Formats: sequence, structure tokens, C-alpha cells
Amino acid sequence: MVDIVIIGAGVSGCAIARELSRYRAKVLVLERDEDVCCGTTKANSAIVHAGYDAAHGSLMARLNVEGSRLMPALAKELDFSYEQNGSLVVMLDEADRPTLNALYQNGVANGVEGLRIVERDELVKMEPNISDEAIAALYAPTGAIVCPFGLTYALAENAAKNGVEFRFDTEVTGLSPIEGGWRVATSAGDFEARVVVNAAGVFADALHNMVSEDKMTIIPRRGDYFLLDHSAAGHVHSTIFQLPGKYGKGVLVAPTVHGNILVGPTAIDIEDKESTATTQSGLDEVRTKSSLAVKNLPLRQTITSFCGLRAHEVRHEFFIGEVKPGFVDCAGIESPGLSSAPAIGKMAAGIVQGILNLAEDPAFDPTRKGILDPKTLDPEAHAALIKQNPAYGTVICRCETVTEGEIIDAIHRVPGARSVDGVKRRTRAGMGRCQGGFCSPRVMEILARELGIDQSEVTKAGAGSGLIVGVNKDSI
Amino acid sequence: MKEYDLVVIGGGPAGLAAAAAAHEAGLRDILILERDNELGGILNQCIHNGFGLHTFKEELTGPEYAGRYIEKVEQLGIPYKLNTMVLDLAADKTVTAMNRQDGLFQLHPKAVVLAMGCRERPRGALNIPGCRPAGIFTAGTAQRLVNMEGYLPGRKVVILGSGDIGLIMARRMTLEGAKVQVVAELMPYSGGLKRNIVQCLDDYGIPLKLSHTVIDIQGKKRVEGITLAAVDDKGRPIPGTEEQYDCDTLLLSCGLIPENELSRAAGVELSPVTSGPTVNESLETSIPGVFAAGNVLHVHDLVDYVSEEAGAAGRHAAQYIAAGCTEAAWRTLPVSCQNGVRYTVPSAIRPDAAGETITLRFRVGNVYKNKKIAVYAGDACIFSRKRPVLAPGEMETVQLKTALLKEHPEAAGITVTLEEA
Repeated sequence: MVDIVIIGAGVSGCAIARELSRYRAKVLVLERDEDVCCGTTKANSAIVHAGYDAAHGSLMARLNVEGSRLMPALAKELDFSYEQNGSLVVMLDEADRPTLNALYQNGVANGVEGLRIVERDELVKMEPNISDEAIAALYAPTGAIVCPFGLTYALAENAAKNGVEFRFDTEVTGLSPIEGGWRVATSAGDFEARVVVNAAGVFADALHNMVSEDKMTIIPRRGDYFLLDHSAAGHVHSTIFQLPGKYGKGVLVAPTVHGNILVGPTAIDIEDKESTATTQSGLDEVRTKSSLAVKNLPLRQTITSFCGLRAHEVRHEFFIGEVKPGFVDCAGIESPGLSSAPAIGKMAAGIVQGILNLAEDPAFDPTRKGILDPKTLDPEAHAALIKQNPAYGTVICRCETVTEGEIIDAIHRVPGARSVDGVKRRTRAGMGRCQGGFCSPRVMEILARELGIDQSEVTKAGAGSGLIVGVNKDSI
Repeated sequence: MKEYDLVVIGGGPAGLAAAAAAHEAGLRDILILERDNELGGILNQCIHNGFGLHTFKEELTGPEYAGRYIEKVEQLGIPYKLNTMVLDLAADKTVTAMNRQDGLFQLHPKAVVLAMGCRERPRGALNIPGCRPAGIFTAGTAQRLVNMEGYLPGRKVVILGSGDIGLIMARRMTLEGAKVQVVAELMPYSGGLKRNIVQCLDDYGIPLKLSHTVIDIQGKKRVEGITLAAVDDKGRPIPGTEEQYDCDTLLLSCGLIPENELSRAAGVELSPVTSGPTVNESLETSIPGVFAAGNVLHVHDLVDYVSEEAGAAGRHAAQYIAAGCTEAAWRTLPVSCQNGVRYTVPSAIRPDAAGETITLRFRVGNVYKNKKIAVYAGDACIFSRKRPVLAPGEMETVQLKTALLKEHPEAAGITVTLEEA
């Protein structure tokens, strides 16, 4: 029997795992997919919300503001990309002034620092491409952007470094109470744990409902996005939202920490929890709404469109707590879940600690170094690196200038990349304007070599997603 | 690091021809930088024949065609560096590059030939809605897997886009044992060469559906099917025309984009039509001493024309260096396009800097029948040729006599147009 099983290796599960790795405890993370960060965490707005949006008094509001405060120090400690670029909620109609003021008041009440309302003249100076119809905006200097993959891999790697074990391709199929804990049935055998943490994203309701009479309903809420090429960088500097008003809810336009522009999302409730298919109408909606708050947006520079699912609980609140002895929910984690992750980790780990009364591990190391990006080095250090390890001199992904050295590092991390998408999320190889056209065969070669498998076994994203189906003329 | 007079960025057909021609024009200090692990560029994966009919009067495969130029470069003793990525080109022509042996290094050549080629437009840029599973490849990526590595990326295939690589891959996948069900093309005409439609589709009974596009992709892990629909004259899907195809693979051949990130970083002026640099009759970009040729300049239909154009760029680069890297302030005539001519390369001509003839290349924006290509210097017609058929998939070439151009010193510009024959 292990001390703790965490179900789900998204940002919440990994944040909880990392917090629990401070203690002397056997922690196991079970993930149905082949890698960390494959569900809701994979596809979202990559924003650290300042915290003015969530209703004052809600758990969401408290954890958002706390998460936003914790994020800068965490980014330094765990070496992931984070940038406090500020956010603007733009008002397009004077009639919406009361809504803007109410949002400001809600933010102040939530404890968001530095909030103020900026009028058009200042707004245009801050964002020259702001819509001609923009009248004023709520400015939140603590609004920030983060790489959701980078954050989650950082948490997972640090957790693993401190003894947490990850099991992938392991889907939980049943939960039953046993003496002193729970039996967790999975597609890869049974596990026993003193405490189970449910951080299963859009599937958290199913797990919750296995153990509790007090039912929960999570509706996957789809969000479609466009990602624009680096050539669009600088079009906006802050994250730009629209104030809900006569044009509806609107979409955000934000820079990413990697120098792209992200536009979206829609909010479409669907039934299938595994369907992340974009639709023409969804993409059209993003296209139309994107021009409301920002003008001349170069949507022609789109390099990809994608969509993600938010784990929307019908009551629109985070549910974090012990619902049965030794069973801890971390459910309903929709936006601002990414922003709140550091605080969610602390809160859920605190609850687990309250149950198990674990001893602190004096060997806990809170630091982690990210995959070295040679582009960040000065020329001398860069040259020295290639001399020491020539793999850093071979560029594999041309568009994002990712070297073989970075890809090898990504594969050999714990937990490491095992698929083309795993390499992509960790290193950005294939994330650029050609979308892997040139580098994917080479990434496949490197994966095969480093993992000791045949190239035909390399997948895009785990079992069933093979990229090669055979060899030439094998059916003739 | 040894310095060179001329650095050629790219060791594909354009770079090889440019370097060889510069050498033959008397320049000795030339270096080719190639990012792949061998010279020849994308020709190495084009194992079908049909290359070199114009240049060598025989049918070669892509690797054979490349081989001729590689041999020439080797014989001339032109040095090259493989697996070498150029990271930056500065306005002063400083080239920053990187490889395993030399690490990060800089070169300060007197002239540069841009020969980086082009890339394929990916699925994301096409905004095809649906799932994003394995099994969606650009035709060129599939071509590399099949032709260079011997791997089959799928068995039941739909191809979107009728660019030449897509047509060639329809035949290749069929020969390797896959079933190619259909090639769909958004436009009412093919983007590829007529001969490829005949030899790669018609001969194998593969249907080509013009004015059709993919409106949905199904499959969570691997492609399981796609939905095809007819489109109206604005390219919008027509409800009720949806057809379902079960397939495990979608290949995309929806256009090529010149790779000009380095050019842009250097401040080279780019054409919004071709996405390549704007050049004068010497194939010189807006930065003196920086020349461009091949698919980085504009996407070609035949490699023979790439070699020809790149040869000219190499010679002009050699001349530029021989002349002490200075240029006279020649009279410059802008070239404008009308009546279906989408662009021209060059887009400006300096009659006094030109040799005996000036090569103008262009593409048209639609299929035209029974037209003539006409070129005017000011109001005076200096060239006219009948063309029974012009199509967007085929590049047009016009040879202008410089002497005729010089007969019109009053002309403020040159116009290339299509007229009724």
C-alpha cells in the first residue's frame, strides 16, 4: 500500500504531487494518457489571471489570487517561462461602465494588487492596436502569461526528483474502500493507497460519483483557439480581454511566453469528454470576435488552431476537500485553474497532510532546472556548450531553432518525452510555422534511437497514434 | 574561421547552381551552407523522373539531377558545410551559423545568395476544423518517410490540394501499396502541372475533385475519416454536398511558402504576392550584394528554371564582387502586372545594368485560353507572344531584348499583361 495515489497528471495533479513530495511519503501519480499534461492542461489560454474575475468570497477567487502571487517565485524555483505582461479588460460601450466598475470593485475585494481603470488615451499608448471603439479598460499589472506545458513539466519533474512515481497509460476504472484506505482498480492492475486524490479534470465527476452519494456533474466546455506565428509578435503586449457586454463574452488576444499570439477561446458545452475537435463555427466565432477589442489582427499568420476542454462543474466553483475518509477531491478545476495551480497544490496537499500527518523530508529539493535553451546563452557560453556536447550544434527544428541536444535532454528527463508530441511540448520542436513538416521525421529518428525502439513504433501521442503503418510494398 | 567572398545559404538546386556559376564567372572564394546532412535539398526525396528535360535534354530523377550539380561543385572544389544552420543574416551581410564541428560562428562575406527554398503550408494554416490525430502529413513529409526511409505513413489515403508534390505522392503511395481514394482541390483548377495530373492521377484511376475541400477530420488517435464538400466560387463549403471518406491518412499539398525568415531579419524587402524578396534584373534584393534565386524567391514549377535562375544570381554575385561591391545609380524601371499576371520576377529592371536579354518569370492567377502575353515599355509594346493556355500551376517565362527596352528612354515603367490573342 502506498501513502497517496493522485489520479491525473495535469497541472493540478502535478502541483499536488510536488507539494506532497516535501514529505516522507510514497506518492504515486496515475495518468490515463501517455504523458503529463495531456488533458485540460494542454490546451488553454496560458494565462495567469490576476484574480479580479472570480466572485468575491468564492474558493476560486481566493486560490486564483494566491496562485497568481505564488507564480513568480515558483517560476524562478522551477525554471519555467513566466512573464508578468499585465492584462486589460476592454470596455467598448459607455453603457457598460457599471460592469467595468463592478469588476474593479470585485478585484479590489479579492485582494488583487495595482488594479486601476485606464481611459482611452492611456490605453492607446499602452496598446496601439487597441480597437478604435475601446473607451476604457480595467488594467491589472499582475496579470501574466505562462507556458502551461513548462509549468506542468516543471512541477512533475521536481516531484519525481523528490521521489514521486508516475505511471502512465493507467486509467482508473474503479474505487473501493478497504481497511485503512482505498483500492484503486486500473487498466494496468490494482493499487492500494491510504489516501486518494481525485485530480482527474473532466473525468473528476466520474471518480467522485464512484465514492460519494452527493453527485457532481462536470460538463466539458470546449474552447477553440488560433495560434499566430512569431511574425505577429508585438501586436499586443498585454493580455486583452473584452468586458462582457453588448457583444457577448468575447475572446482574448494574448502574447505567449514564446513570442506567438494566442486568440480565443470559445465556450461551447459539449457531451463527449474526449472530443477536442475544432469546428468551423467555433473557429469562425473566434475570428469574428477577435477583432472587437484589437484591430488589424494578422489572422493570416495562423500556424495552428486547436481546442481544449475546461472541466466545468455546473456550480462553477472549485471543489477541493475530503469527501469520504481518505478520498480527497480536487474537482471542477476550470479557468482560473492554471493560475490557481500553485495554491491548489498547497491546499490539497494540506488536506492530505491533515489526514496522514506526514513527516517533512529533510532531503526535499525545491529546485529544478529546465531544458537548456542554447538561444538564451551568450555567444561564448553557447560556443562552449556545443564544444562540450556537439548535439547542441545540430538544429532539428528549423522554425523554432531546437537542437538535438534539447530533444535528447527532453527524452531522458523523468518523466520524459516518449512521443513526438511529448518532445514538442517540452522543446517546441514542431511548434513553429511549418508545424513539424521538416522536423517530425528527424524527431522520430531521435526518439527511436534514444528509447531503443524501432522508428515505426514511434507515436504522435501514445498508443494508437502511430505515425507509420508499415514499410513500402508490404501489402503487395 | 576563414572568411569567404560569397556565402550561398542553401545547398539545394538553387544554391548549387548559384555557387557553380559564380565559380565559372571567376569567383574563387565561395562557401555553401546547407542545413541538411547532404547536398541536393528536397531533390533527394524526389525519386520520380522528369527532371532535367530542359537542362540536360534527358529525363533524370531528382537525386540524379542534384547529383549532376553536386558533382560539378565537387569538381570545382567549392567548399560546403553540411548540418549547418544559418541562425541570422544581418543587414551588413554578417552570417551567423552553427554546426557540431565549428560551433557557433560568424562569416562576413562581400555577397550572399539566398537559396533557402520553401516549405509546405501546414494543416494549421489551412484552418481545417476537426480532430488533430496522427495521420495528417504534408505531402513532402510523407515523401521523405516513403522515399528516403522506406516507411509507409498510411494505407487509405485522401489528398487535399493538387500541388505537384501531392500529385506525385498520389502515384507513389499507390505504387507502395496504399489506396489513394481521391485528390480534392479547393480551386476550380489544379495547382500542379498538367503532365502530373495525367501521369499520376489519370493513369492510376485516382479521381481529382476540383472545387472541393476537407471540412472535417475524424479520429481521436489516428485519422479514421474525413468529410469532403464542394465549395462555391468564394471557396465556402456548400451544405448538402458532404461526402464521407474512411481513411487513415490525409496528405496536404496546399501550397509552398518561400522560407524568408532570414531575409526578413536582414531587412530584405519581401513581395506580399510571392512571399519572396523583390529583386531587380540581376536577382539582387533590396540589400545590395544580397541575391536570391530558386524557391526562396518564388515557387517554381520545374527545377530546370531554378538552376537557370540561380546560375544568373551566382554570376551577378560574382560580378558585384568583381566590380568592388559598388553599383552605379542606374535608371530603374518598375515592372507592373495587369490582367491576371500575379507578379513578375524581377519586379524592377535597370536597362543599363542588364545583359543582352532579360528573363522575366511570372505566374497567372487563373486559367486563361487564347491569350497573348504582352510587355510594354511605357506605351510601346516590346514583346508579344500567343499562348493557347495559361494556368496558375505553370510558370511563364519571357525573354526581353534589352536593346528594345533601351529604344524607349522615355518609359517610366514596364508592364506585363495578358491580352486577347
